Amino acid sequence: MLKKSHNLGFYLLILFFSFSLSAKQIVLSPSDNSQEEIQEALIDLEPGDVLTLEAGEYYFEDGLSLDVDDVIFEGSGIDATILNFENQISGAQGLLITSDDVTIRDFAILDAKGDAIKVIGADGINMIRLRTEWTGGPKETNGAYGFYPVESKDVLIDGCVAIGASDAGIYVGQSQNIIVKNSIAQYNVAGIEIENSYYADVFDNLASHNTGGILVFDLPDLPQQGGHHVRVFRNKAINNDTDNFAPEGNIVGEVPRGTGIIIQANSDVEVFDNDIYGNGTVNLSIVTYGYETEDENYNPHPKSIQIHNNRFGDGGFDPDVGTGELAAILFELSDGDMPDIFWDGILPMNQMLFGQPDDERLIISNNGGATFLTINPIKYLLPFFDPVERDIKEYDGEIRPLPEVILN
Amino acid sequence: MKKTSLLLIIIFSITSLYAVEKGLILEEKFPKKLSDFRFFKDTHAQIPSNGVVPYELISSLFSDYSYKQRWVYLPEGKKASFRRDKVFDFPVGSALIKTFYYPIDERNLSLGKRLMETRLLLRKESGWEAVSYAWNDTQDEAFIKKAGKTILNEWIDFNGEIKSVRYRVPNKNQCKECHAVNDLVTPIGPKARNLNKVFNYQDESVNQLTKWIKMDFIDEIEVELNTPVNWKDEHFSLDQRVKSYLDINCGHCHSASGGANSTGLYLDLTEERPTHRGIYKKPVATGRGSGGHEFSISPGNPEESILLYRMISVDPGVMMPESGRSLSHKEAIQMIREWINEMET
Repeated sequence: MLKKSHNLGFYLLILFFSFSLSAKQIVLSPSDNSQEEIQEALIDLEPGDVLTLEAGEYYFEDGLSLDVDDVIFEGSGIDATILNFENQISGAQGLLITSDDVTIRDFAILDAKGDAIKVIGADGINMIRLRTEWTGGPKETNGAYGFYPVESKDVLIDGCVAIGASDAGIYVGQSQNIIVKNSIAQYNVAGIEIENSYYADVFDNLASHNTGGILVFDLPDLPQQGGHHVRVFRNKAINNDTDNFAPEGNIVGEVPRGTGIIIQANSDVEVFDNDIYGNGTVNLSIVTYGYETEDENYNPHPKSIQIHNNRFGDGGFDPDVGTGELAAILFELSDGDMPDIFWDGILPMNQMLFGQPDDERLIISNNGGATFLTINPIKYLLPFFDPVERDIKEYDGEIRPLPEVILN
Repeated sequence: MKKTSLLLIIIFSITSLYAVEKGLILEEKFPKKLSDFRFFKDTHAQIPSNGVVPYELISSLFSDYSYKQRWVYLPEGKKASFRRDKVFDFPVGSALIKTFYYPIDERNLSLGKRLMETRLLLRKESGWEAVSYAWNDTQDEAFIKKAGKTILNEWIDFNGEIKSVRYRVPNKNQCKECHAVNDLVTPIGPKARNLNKVFNYQDESVNQLTKWIKMDFIDEIEVELNTPVNWKDEHFSLDQRVKSYLDINCGHCHSASGGANSTGLYLDLTEERPTHRGIYKKPVATGRGSGGHEFSISPGNPEESILLYRMISVDPGVMMPESGRSLSHKEAIQMIREWINEMET
């Protein structure tokens, strides 16, 4: 017996040494040749390796890219290691990641010409204590996304800061199994956006001074659509007061200044325990995708949405009627008495006529003194009826909590 | 007896001097110098070794007005197999070789050229691998540049104008950005349909596919090919020319299995659905790449079409393709402008 455990220890020792022998750490500091040094190091990494950038400012003319599985690329602090792309001449993003099981942490990417960090098709990506920022403030010429994982699985964004993106600070698209937490998104058009994605937990974040705070969207004509199972909780979606500076044509270009949370065309979304206030157009809205599409597989309507136990404060005090249609329509319908929560009331035709299945109904419960407005579409089409309905109690119901997202 | 064996040794060493270093194609590590592969009898003059066969594509990718020369090498006795609308399935040990260069003066090619880089796609046991070798200033050798390289070059164009380019030799990851299909490195050019044209070989002028069959590179192809056209050839319809151009310039990423499939914009030759081809298609995650325009292609309105806007731009955050280009392709822009303009609204 004794001999056996002795053997086991011996093998463990060998295992430990062979790991520590094969995995290596490369440490680089700023130089005139950072572009080539860092890019070459990123290419030469082997699974298990760590590339560490010491504190300091690193300048690049071309984007960086990483395509090795199971590595760590780290700096020495969110304000200490700066990857500066203000002189970028080529490359559509600051950093591109296309491999699996990668962790990046503790650095900042400034003034990338396109997206700051783009991750395509990763199976496992951890983005921890990173900052993406356009330092000239909100501008149309800023890059589109700070954090941009797409077509990825097991996505973690933790303790990150995203500032100044001309589309979304933190954008997760066509992905599944997602956690976005402890992060700050400010002065972007959209603070945090979950789009065409499955199973996302967005919590303990601050989304403020954006045009819109947190968006849960679904769009047609894409490989992955029908976004579902998104939980938005314990966030602060507050004081989103930056004019929309997105280039036209983009869906977020339609978002009016001063929206806290928008849910559009998803199913199974649970929004709870958030602080939502200081949003001049509307604190929370639930809307249908508003454009024509020939995509037969696409459902433009939100369904199974639950809004509960949130703390609403002042909202709707400065509606941005000049951007998109939402604010203008709402302002007209409400006669200037803007609600905290708005649902456009649009349902598929058969549900409008014959009613909605219970488990698809919108639930709004225990949101303190939050005010509400929806439109009865049938009354909207008939003369002499007031289509506006404001009774929030109609939507009271039992909450069916969505499961927690667990990353692999 | 002695004399003959000596002669044989001499002959053998001469022929082996002109033979490709087959083993190197399969090895995990890349050699530092291009000449180590012995793809060329004369590396500088780019005279191919025995078994290294030149080829051309009907339409090719725009790479900042550089010229390209292509060769294929197949291991002896092995064949590539035909796959409809896909690149041939080349046997392990194959190599695709492509040299990028600029003539000194496009009006007089005999004045010589400056070689920029030679890119290799090597078919190893584990799949394809891409690597590029950048030519040195003395033009006698090309060296591996894993992290890529920037080369400034000037040349005189057809109109006698001096042109300059900040030419980027791509790094290994950038190779994959264009060459990934379902996340695996894959050649783009050598599909049967792109080779279906006459080539002037040293001994004869003949269709490249016929030649490849003769050389036992491939078997007879029984099916009819979806052959693209040379986009420069105005004998063909504008629509055919544009589709062929978009296929070879965009379709490798913008296809249902390419790197840009998340965009829903598919420009490969076989895509037929109007929305996915860009007609009245709204942008998805385009950001400022939209240029303030609503649709990828707005029929009748070229200046309001994102596709054209991104072809014109040289801003890295806007331009398409994302890499491999720093200049705009004026002739193609003109063609696409005309094409969108003539579309029915």
